[in-house]
Amino acid sequence: MRTFLLRRLWQSLVVLFGVSFVVFAILFLTGDPALVLLPPDASAEDVRRFREVMGFNDPFLVQYGRFLRGALRGDFGQSVRHGEPAFDLVLERMPATFELAGAALLLALCLAIPAGIVSAVRRNSALDYVATVVALFGQSLPTFWLGIMLILVFSVQFSWLPSSGRGTLQHLVLPAITLGLFTTARITRLTRSGMLEVLNQDYIRTARAKGVSDPPVVWKHALKNAAIPIVTIVGIELGTLLGGSVITETIFAWPGVGRLSVQAIANRDYPVVQAAVFLLATTFVVVNLLVDVIYTYLDPRIRLR
Amino acid sequence: MSGAIVLPEAARPDRREWVAFLRRLAARRTALFGLLVVAAVVVTALAAPLLSPFDPIEQDLGDLRLKAPGFRDSAGRLHPLGTDHLGRDLLARVIYGARPALLVGFAAVAISGLMGMAAGLASGYFGGRLDDALMRLADIQLAFPFILLAIAVIGVLGPSLQTIIIVIGVSSWVVYARIVRGAVLTLREREFVQAALALGGGDGRVVLRHILPNVFTPWLVVATLDMARVIVIESALSFLGLGVQPPTPTWGGMLADGRVYISTAWWLATFPGLAILITVLGINLFGDGLRDTLDPRLKL
Repeated sequence: MRTFLLRRLWQSLVVLFGVSFVVFAILFLTGDPALVLLPPDASAEDVRRFREVMGFNDPFLVQYGRFLRGALRGDFGQSVRHGEPAFDLVLERMPATFELAGAALLLALCLAIPAGIVSAVRRNSALDYVATVVALFGQSLPTFWLGIMLILVFSVQFSWLPSSGRGTLQHLVLPAITLGLFTTARITRLTRSGMLEVLNQDYIRTARAKGVSDPPVVWKHALKNAAIPIVTIVGIELGTLLGGSVITETIFAWPGVGRLSVQAIANRDYPVVQAAVFLLATTFVVVNLLVDVIYTYLDPRIRLR
Repeated sequence: MSGAIVLPEAARPDRREWVAFLRRLAARRTALFGLLVVAAVVVTALAAPLLSPFDPIEQDLGDLRLKAPGFRDSAGRLHPLGTDHLGRDLLARVIYGARPALLVGFAAVAISGLMGMAAGLASGYFGGRLDDALMRLADIQLAFPFILLAIAVIGVLGPSLQTIIIVIGVSSWVVYARIVRGAVLTLREREFVQAALALGGGDGRVVLRHILPNVFTPWLVVATLDMARVIVIESALSFLGLGVQPPTPTWGGMLADGRVYISTAWWLATFPGLAILITVLGINLFGDGLRDTLDPRLKL
């Protein structure tokens, strides 16, 4: 097991390295980062001086080294727009994004797992049919449209829920539903197919044949095995949620990292963009590493690798 | 010995297998329904000038602004879905909006599909360090919240049709690569491949003539389901103003406009979103049917 985890740790570090490189290289996509960072009406002299000051005339790898050292210290430069350190700006807003993503994930798990289980256990019943159709719709709905429709119904039509901002639990409801629907649908389908697959296995049939009544059979054996793909998906879904928060936060004016990033890009505030992307990607990698650790407890076969 | 390799009967998926597959697929009514929906959307996009009652870009800032669905203008023409804030007929814009959506959908899927196919074949067939490197690259790609990366890149390069096609295409190859790689790993050990290699077939020939045809169907399933995802992403990017630029109508762009007028003109945001939903639903239904016909146990 230790070699497995060590290998995963090493892989994660390599991935983070790659992430930092891509984040750094974005500025160079058009060839000259100075032109990207400066307003379009900057004079040639300004551009030349800017390049000197920012060290863009140095070799690419030297610049990357500088960036990497800064990143490890948490220094991504100053925000062009706000004049504060970019990293601090992003860090301030992480709790808000985590709150939203966490609420969405919690909602998804609370709804999807029971729905998936019931669907599988009562296969082809009316309940199963409804759940499957809803899940299909959930995966086909564009989340930003859902968000707008929810605002239309719940905020505009009946003023039951606020349409923007963060503060009370009511503020969290609509954004969490919007962000979480796709994940809910996905986990429902996965739980259902995972449970179905397990329930059809021979050892379940044996247990039933031996006369063990249904509930213990279902809960004990089936769940533990169906939990494995679900845990995997949670790790991946977190990435989807962190990414999806960009749109949801924009619609609901939720003060998180996603919204900050969109604004930063509109303002050409690239230090902030770099800090945000790097931080979110790092979070994703760390979470997946944790998921792998949990994996080793759930599936003994992994430990032997 | 000539260049041709004689194959054992069961190696290549021959015509009879294809026909059987298609017949099983046709038996699934939901898949057929999905295909019909997709076909309808494609026809709408292609025949847009014929189907659309109005010009989608023609503005009328007089008294044609923000009219509700069903409004008849002074010339007696009906606007079934109403008009937007610039007096443009909404139905016309929704019809024309299918074009960028499908264009980006097909083009991006083609790019990522080809990249992923190549990567998956190489990874699965040759294994070793190449495989490790490619899978590490995949992990790095997956670690990024895609939307953020996309908007950062588009922010630097400037929004346009080509840019979003390339951005979406290049970032989606991983799913294809993984599926193809998995399939290749299984196929590599099968007798007909071993036989072809033993008979002196070179790697290139074996991959192209024996492995590729068998990998095609899982790849197709991924491509179909991925297309749905790409269309949603295209509209998300257009929603943020990073897609095809106005005045070209895009469903996402219309949603962005509609959001501003949500309290006074609900139809502006509702119908484009409905269009996206219907298109994606059709693709998902068809893709699910395709996957279930192939192998319902595939964790796609």
